[in-house]
Formats: sequence, C-alpha cells, structure tokens
Amino acid sequence: MMEGEMDEGLKGELQKQGIWVTSMQELYNWGRKNSIWPLQFGLACCAIEMIATAASRYDIARFGGEVFRPSPRQADLMIVAGTVTKKMAPQIVRLYNQMPDPKYVISMGACAISGGPFKQGYNVLKGIDRYIPVDVYIPGCPPRPEALLHAFMELQRKIDGQKLTGKGKAEFLKANTPSEFPVPEFGAHDLMPPANPDVFHPPAIERA
Amino acid sequence: MESLEEIKTRAEHAVSGAKLEIIPNLGPANQPSLLLDQTHASAIARFLRDDPTLRLDYCSNVTGVDWLDRTMKKKIKVKRMVEGEEKEVEETVEEFFPGYLEAVYHLYSMTHKHGPVVVRLRTDDRAEGALLPSLTPVWRSAEFQEREIYDLYGIHFDGHPDLRRILMWDEFTDFPMRKDYREPDDYEYEPTPHDDVLEKAKQHYAPRPAQDGAENIAPQT
Repeated sequence: MMEGEMDEGLKGELQKQGIWVTSMQELYNWGRKNSIWPLQFGLACCAIEMIATAASRYDIARFGGEVFRPSPRQADLMIVAGTVTKKMAPQIVRLYNQMPDPKYVISMGACAISGGPFKQGYNVLKGIDRYIPVDVYIPGCPPRPEALLHAFMELQRKIDGQKLTGKGKAEFLKANTPSEFPVPEFGAHDLMPPANPDVFHPPAIERA
Repeated sequence: MESLEEIKTRAEHAVSGAKLEIIPNLGPANQPSLLLDQTHASAIARFLRDDPTLRLDYCSNVTGVDWLDRTMKKKIKVKRMVEGEEKEVEETVEEFFPGYLEAVYHLYSMTHKHGPVVVRLRTDDRAEGALLPSLTPVWRSAEFQEREIYDLYGIHFDGHPDLRRILMWDEFTDFPMRKDYREPDDYEYEPTPHDDVLEKAKQHYAPRPAQDGAENIAPQT
C-alpha cells in the first residue's frame, strides 16, 4: 500500500457505519473524469459520428462529456475527428497549444491515426501523433459512436489513475513537462518539420 | 442541339480569324470536343454563351489534364531500291509529340436545357508558367476551378481575377497532379506493399542485393 492510501476493506467497513472516507486525489479525479469538456470541432466524416455520439441516442452526457466548448481555453479534451490535411495540421497544433492543462487527445478514426486511406497521398498528414501526444486511439473508418464512448471511458479510466503527488505523479503536474508543441511551418514541398521527433516515436522496423 | 461541326463553322464565321478543331473521342462515350485557339478563346466563349440558339450559359465543370511528351511508333511504306529494282518496304518511324497541359470546360444551357459541349484549351508546353486565357470573365463559375487547376497543374490563367492556390498552402511550390510530380519521401512501413507503394518502399530503403536480388533494386536518385 502506498503512503496516503487507505485500506479498501476499512473504507468499506466505515461506509457501512455511515462514514464516507475519501482522499483529495480521488475526489479531484472523480470530478475531472466526469466533466471532460471536449473542444467543438470536426474535420471529416468522423465528426458526423461524434455528433451522433453527442446527440440523444448515444448521449455522451451520460459520461459528463456533453459540454462541447467552442473555445480551446475552456476545453479539456481534443477529439481529432477526421482527416487532418497538411494545410490544417498547424491549426490543430495551435488549438492544442491554446488548451489549458490538464488536456487530453483522442485520435478518432483511421485518418487521424495514420492518414488512413489517404496515407499514400501528398496532402494528408500521416497521423496527428506526429505533432501532439495522443492519449486514446480509436480505429475505424469511421468508428461507431459506441467506439467513441469506449474511448471516452478509457480516458476516464486513465484520468482516474493519475496521481497528484509522489513518485508516479501525473505528467501534466510536472513543471518541466511541455504543454505546448512547436507549430509546423508550411514548407515548399511538405510541412517543416514533417514530424516532431520529441513527440513522434514510431516503432523501428526491422527488415527481415 | 446542333452538331459540333455546325457549332464549329458558325463560331468560325462569327469570330474572324478563329481556328477551331474537333477532337474526336474514340471511347465508348464518343463525346467529341472543341479545341479553341488561345488568342480567340475568350471571343469564342462569349459567342457560345450569347448565341441565341446555343446559349451555353452554364459552365458546370472545369478540369485539367496533363499530357506528357510521347513518341509513337508508326509503320509507313517507303519505296526503296532493293537489289536493283524498286520495292515497297515497311519502315518504322518514331514520331515525337511534345507534351502540353490542357483545361477542359463542360458547358450546358440552362435556357434551352441542352448540353454538354466540351471545350478544350491547350498550353504551348509543360514549362513553368504555362499560360492560358481565363474564361472566368465569361463564366463566373469557372473561378474556383481555374484556381484549382492553377494549384494542381500549374497553368496560369491570364485575366483571372484572383489567381492563387486554393487547396495547397501558398508556400507550396509543386504541382501535385502533374504526372511527373514526386512527393516528399515520407514512406512508412506497410505490411503488404504492392504496385506504387512497393516502388516507394524500394526507393525508401537502402538496397539489399543479397536478399532481394540486384535486379529488384530501383536506381537511387
């Protein structure tokens, strides 16, 4: 058991007696994970699925994520829903930079993950994770609303597990962790740089 | 609607000095088109739009085509002296056609409900700054599409009110729909590369003559 944590059994026992015990971290994370405000923007067909997720049938409000903010200053979550063209990529990075910490990114659909069906083209970015860190990837073309809700719950689980103090403290609480990333420039042939090496770590391919 | 030959003769009659050409289409669509000469293109376009029987007042689509330089092998019969007597001999001759860029306009009439009439414009060559007269002053709907052709093929439209890139960013210098365009080498691993992607993969990685065999290696540029 970590320092500052309470025995689960004791907690349950106390709860039976009408005493509810919690920790600051638990309360804080409970509040955060149930009020994730996404940034309101969509890029392509995945955005239609995102809209369906927000509408009454799938109802993202059940998870506390219905408050789509039209300003990055008020948003906690960026759902990159759709194809990121090279012309759009700097604006996405700029919006990410303008979001206050703690902030999270869901990369929704094949295009946002890797370029998807447009991977071999000249005008589509091969994944938004080349410039900004991504927390949850959802495969699909486009992913169904259930998949987005699943990603949302995964993100909630991740937030719930973040520690406020101690050794395994969450990244965003560390003073030297960057919360802004360089915006790529429009080059003569491609975006410059084509990927941010501090963020983008593709697996090394071993050629058999 | 009258036939393309009739349109051609009437247009040539209406615009003095204009020379039109009918480009046949031998495909299943069998949709021949009119090739306009650059100097009279705008006058002929105005004729097509304003002529009371044609009234092609709606330009539905403008697109670009890139035609590379090509050589065609042709067999011709030549009279030659063979062993003392004159004989007809077949000879193969290579004919060279220089490349050019093309803008294709599809015209309809909203008034008479007919169309399409396909109109083509050709540049002199494929060089940087290839010039064509803009038809945006005649059909306003051509504005964005001529910008798109400028963006992707690099045809400059003389007389266009606002000729800038529309899809790619302003700092971009290439013309990606040209057939000789090569995109930046940002190949990423594909589990089952084939065709063009396989070519890309070969160019991206250092050659391995021992495994792949020397003949499979693309030349390093």
